[in-house]
Amino acid sequence: MSQLLEAFAWIGDPTRWSGPGGIPVRLAEHLWYTALGVAIAALIAVPVGLYVGHSHRARGLTVAISGAARALPTLGLVTLFGLWFGIGLTAPILAFVVLAIPSLLAGAYSACESVDPDTVDAARAQGMTEWQILTRVEVPLGMPLLISGLRLAVVQVVATVMLASYIGNGGLGRFIFLGLNLQDYPQMLGGSILVVALALVLDVLLRLLERGISPRGAARV
Amino acid sequence: MIRFDHVGKTYPDGTTAVEDFSLTVDSHASVVLVGTSGSGKTTLMRMVNRMVDPTSGRVLIDDEDVAAMDPVKLRRRIGYVMQASGLLPHRTVAENVATVPHLEGVSRRRSRSRALALLEMVGLDHKLGDRYPSQLSGGQQQRVGVARALAADPNILLMDEPFGAVDPIVRAELQKELLRLQSELGKTILFVTHDIDEAFLLGEKVVILKPGGVVAQEGTPSQILADPADDFVETFVGSGRGKRALHLEEVDGRQVVVDESGRPTGVLHAAPESRS
Repeated sequence: MSQLLEAFAWIGDPTRWSGPGGIPVRLAEHLWYTALGVAIAALIAVPVGLYVGHSHRARGLTVAISGAARALPTLGLVTLFGLWFGIGLTAPILAFVVLAIPSLLAGAYSACESVDPDTVDAARAQGMTEWQILTRVEVPLGMPLLISGLRLAVVQVVATVMLASYIGNGGLGRFIFLGLNLQDYPQMLGGSILVVALALVLDVLLRLLERGISPRGAARV
Repeated sequence: MIRFDHVGKTYPDGTTAVEDFSLTVDSHASVVLVGTSGSGKTTLMRMVNRMVDPTSGRVLIDDEDVAAMDPVKLRRRIGYVMQASGLLPHRTVAENVATVPHLEGVSRRRSRSRALALLEMVGLDHKLGDRYPSQLSGGQQQRVGVARALAADPNILLMDEPFGAVDPIVRAELQKELLRLQSELGKTILFVTHDIDEAFLLGEKVVILKPGGVVAQEGTPSQILADPADDFVETFVGSGRGKRALHLEEVDGRQVVVDESGRPTGVLHAAPESRS
């Protein structure tokens, strides 16, 4: 209990909230790594997922690949990529991309699959092109599932981004690994609390977005 | 004019939906394909707007093979009404009706005023235009489906059991409404149903299908009733069971029509001029 109080005291210490190694800088780094990892993963996973969901092709393969990607331990990946690419941001970001892809992929293909096949059939029969069906019917109607995939990816990555500091980068992980090395447990616990708080805040914000974005008419069905 | 020229459809897994089907639907005529499930009636209808491509034979619209046409352009000039209304749940009723004009680049204002006019035409208050489909009853949704199909003023209307999912009273209303619309608009209508009464009510020509798209009989309702081609047709139209075998009895000097169980069903008047 006293360690927890010390951890909060560590967070509350005003000197930690300024300077080049202060909490705001580490927080910004943490968010930046998260955004970078999720954005790169989204660039790959969302188009692939939408294609799979729209065309009903290669679904089994996609599920298998994303299942396999889920099973990979991220710490192992960071270490492995670190050996290949050396110290720096490339290795951890690559690992975060691998971590984020399965959730985004599942969100994207289930977004398409959640749309009533009769609605899609009718849209096609009215003369919409496949692209119009995707962008005007499937994506708007499946948007809540797409955002829910994004939310899962963000939460997973934000909780894992501390591993970036493991091979010499910034982020809130700095406090955790520094505390670990110095046996400075209030600092270590303080860093962890910040990561948890950040994950919860992002989760809530994206949940609100998810709810706000569900299409008006569809919400009543 | 729509012409089916020896069309067949066999799926890659080997099942044959339609073997060899030929039919001509004259312009401005309403033709009903009627059959049980597995008769291939919906498959045949969907060949007209290339939602299904035949594996043999051709479908021609005004002597042009649809296989040579761009499916998207083709579908935009053919109205399509389906059983599940298939309206876009995230668009308002007016936006749904304006789907095709909007795709074709008609301005939002013009397509909206056309949509509202169409709603009135199918018997709906134009105020419903700003509602969402889920706020409408099943019968209203089907009317919106008909309005949407008419929005681009197509010559051809394809109707796939459009009134199959509504209750009998609403269905009767919608059928009457369709007859009224057809007398005003004179579209070429290909209508699919499993309900023989609906077929006889709406079709100038009725095509009774056996499984595999085999034509059991083709003719006007009265031709089929008067002279069923075989036992299948007879059973299908119910005359085999005597359901439609009516006779006349004279009561107080008037001709009363009585069915096979002796129940009076109506009074006979002199024949009206002519239906059309």
